[in-house]
Amino acid sequence: MSTAIEHPTYNYKVVKQFAIMTVVWGIVGMLVGVWIAAQLAWPALNFDLPWTSFGRLRPLHTNAVIFAFGGSALFATSYYVVQRTCQTRLLSDGLAAFTFWGWQLVIVLAAVTLPLGLTQGKEYAELIWPIDVLITLVWVAYAIIFLGTIYKRKTSHIYVANWFFAAFILTVAVLHLGNSMALPTSFLHSYSIYAGATDAMMQWWYGHNAVGFFLTAGFLGMMYYFVPKQAERPVYSYRLSIVHFWALICVYMWAGPHHLHYTALPDWAQSLGMIMSLILLAPSWGGMINGMMTLSGAWHKLRTDPVLRFLVVSLSFYGMSTFEGPMMSIKTVNALSHYTDWTIGHVHAGALGWVAMISIGSIYHLIPKLFERKEMHSVGLINVHFWLSTVGTVLYIASMWVNGIMQGLMWRAVNADGTLMYTFIESVEASHPGYIVRWLGGALWLLGMLLMAYNVFMTVKSTASEKAAAQTA
Amino acid sequence: MDINVFRGLMTIVLLLAFLGIVYWAYSSKQKKPFDEAANLPFADDDENEKNHNQDESSSLEKNKHE
Ligand code: HEM
Ligand code: HEM
Repeated sequence: MSTAIEHPTYNYKVVKQFAIMTVVWGIVGMLVGVWIAAQLAWPALNFDLPWTSFGRLRPLHTNAVIFAFGGSALFATSYYVVQRTCQTRLLSDGLAAFTFWGWQLVIVLAAVTLPLGLTQGKEYAELIWPIDVLITLVWVAYAIIFLGTIYKRKTSHIYVANWFFAAFILTVAVLHLGNSMALPTSFLHSYSIYAGATDAMMQWWYGHNAVGFFLTAGFLGMMYYFVPKQAERPVYSYRLSIVHFWALICVYMWAGPHHLHYTALPDWAQSLGMIMSLILLAPSWGGMINGMMTLSGAWHKLRTDPVLRFLVVSLSFYGMSTFEGPMMSIKTVNALSHYTDWTIGHVHAGALGWVAMISIGSIYHLIPKLFERKEMHSVGLINVHFWLSTVGTVLYIASMWVNGIMQGLMWRAVNADGTLMYTFIESVEASHPGYIVRWLGGALWLLGMLLMAYNVFMTVKSTASEKAAAQTA
Repeated sequence: MDINVFRGLMTIVLLLAFLGIVYWAYSSKQKKPFDEAANLPFADDDENEKNHNQDESSSLEKNKHE
C-alpha cells in the first residue's frame, strides 16, 4: 500500500491506507446493499438461514456504508486536508496508525457480530458495548490528532474545511457517548440506561445528528477543500462559509423529533422539530450555493473533468435531499411518507447522491496526489463511473418515490363504510416492480465501484513499478 | 424566573448571536483575513504539483479547442 516514498513533510501513509479502504468498504457495503435490495424483490435470497436474513444484513449494510465506507473517506480526507491547509505534519504518526487499525478492527467486529444477531437494537448504534468502547478509544485518538494538528499549524488561519471536520469529530463523540450509555449484563449483552419515550428521543437525537454531523458536516468539510481545488479557484464566498458553519451547527441539533412524528413524544417537541427542520433548509442551501458558485467562470471544466462532475452533481443531490427533508418534516406530509419507501428514497438521495458521490470525487482527486501521478490511470473510466452512479441514483430514488407515495396512499384509502380499501400484502405486491428497478440502480452503482477499484489499482501499480524500475536501474 | 420567560430570552440571545456572527463575517475589516484564508488550499502547493496543475489546465484547454 505504501509503495511510494514518504512525503517529506506530511504523513501520507495513513491517508493512503484510509483512501484505499474507502474503495474496498464501498464495494463491500454496496454489495450487501444490492443483496438486501434483491431480497426485497426476491425473498428466496434469504436462503432460509438466520445469518443471511434481511433483518441481520440490513444493519450490516448501514454500518458498512456509513461507518466503514463513509468513515474511511472522512478519515482520509480530514487527515489530508488538515495537514495541507495547516502546513504541518499530523500530531502523531503512532496515534494515526492506531486510528487506522482500530477503525478497521471495529469494522471487522461489526461484520462478524451483526450477522450473528448480536445487537443493541438501536438504529445506527447497533454494535454491542465492547465494540462501543473500542470506538470511543479510536475516536478520542482521532480528536486528539486532529485538534492537535490544528493547534500546531504553521498558518495563522484555520481553513473553513477544518471547522467542519472538527465539528463532525467532536459532535460524533458526544452523540456516541450519550446514546450508547448502557448497563452490561454480560460480555455480549447490555440494557440501555434510557427507557420509553426518553429512549426514543435520545435515539433520534443521536440518529438525526449522525446524519447531520457524520453524513453532512464532515462531507461539507470535503466540499470546502476539494471543490475549490478541483475547480482551481477559491471558494465563492468565505464569509458565507462562516455563516453557513454556525447556522448549520446551531440548527441541526434541534431537528431530531421529525423522526418521531405522531409518536409518544410530546406534541410540542414534535412541532419544534418540524419548525427547526424547515429552518434547516436555509443553511443547507447556503452551503450548496457556496459550493456551486465556486465554479462560476469555470463551468467549462465540467465538460472535460469527470472528477469535478462527481463533486458538482453531489452538491445537486445535497440540495435536493435537503429540500425533500424539510418537506417530509411537515407533519401532514410525514403522515403520508413515514414507514414508506419514500423515506428510503430520501435516505439514498443523500447517501448515494451526496455522501458517496462527494467521497468518490474526493478520492479520485486524492489518489494521483498521494501516489505521485499526474492523473488517474484512466480518466475515461472515471467518466463511465460518473454516469453509472448518476443513472443508478436516479433509478433508485425515482422508484422509491413511486413506491413510497403509492404505499402511503394505499394504506390510508378507506371504503365508504370506513374499512380499509387494501390489505397490506396488496401494497407489497404493488411495490414489486419498484424493488426491481431499485435493485438495478444499485447494481449499476456497484459496477461503477468495481471500475473505480480497477482504476485505483492500476494507478497505484504504475507508481510501484516505476519506483521498482528506478531502484534496479 | 418562569421557564417561558427563560425560553423567550434564549430565543432573543440566540437571534442576537446569529446577527452578531453575520455582522462580523460581513464587516469590511474581515475582508483581507478571509481572502487569505480562502486561498489556504493553494498556499502549500509544492513545485512538482504546481506543474501538474498547469499540465492539467493546459490539457483542459486543448480539449476545449478540439
Ligand atoms: C449500491 C448501493 C445501495 C443499495 C442497493 C442500497 C440498498 C438498500 C436497501 C435495500 C435498504 C433497506 C431498505 C428497506 O428497509 O426497505 C437500505 C437501507 C439503508 N441504506 Fe442503502 N443501499 C446502497 C447504498 C447506500 C449508501 C452508499 C449509503 C450511505 C452512505 C446507504 C445508507 C443506507 C441507510 C442509512 C439505510 C437505512 C434507511 C432507513 O432506515 O430509513 N446505502 N439500502
Ligand atoms: C435539511 C436537511 C434534512 C431534513 C430536514 C431531513 C428530514 C428527514 C425526515 C423528515 C425524515 C423521515 C423521518 C421519518 O418519517 O421516519 C428523514 C429520514 C432520513 N434522512 Fe433526512 N433530512 C435532511 C437531510 C438528509 C441528508 C443530507 C441525509 C443523508 C446524507 C439524510 C439522511 C436521512 C436518513 C438516513 C433517514 C432515515 C432515518 C431512519 O428512519 O432510519 N437526511 N430525514
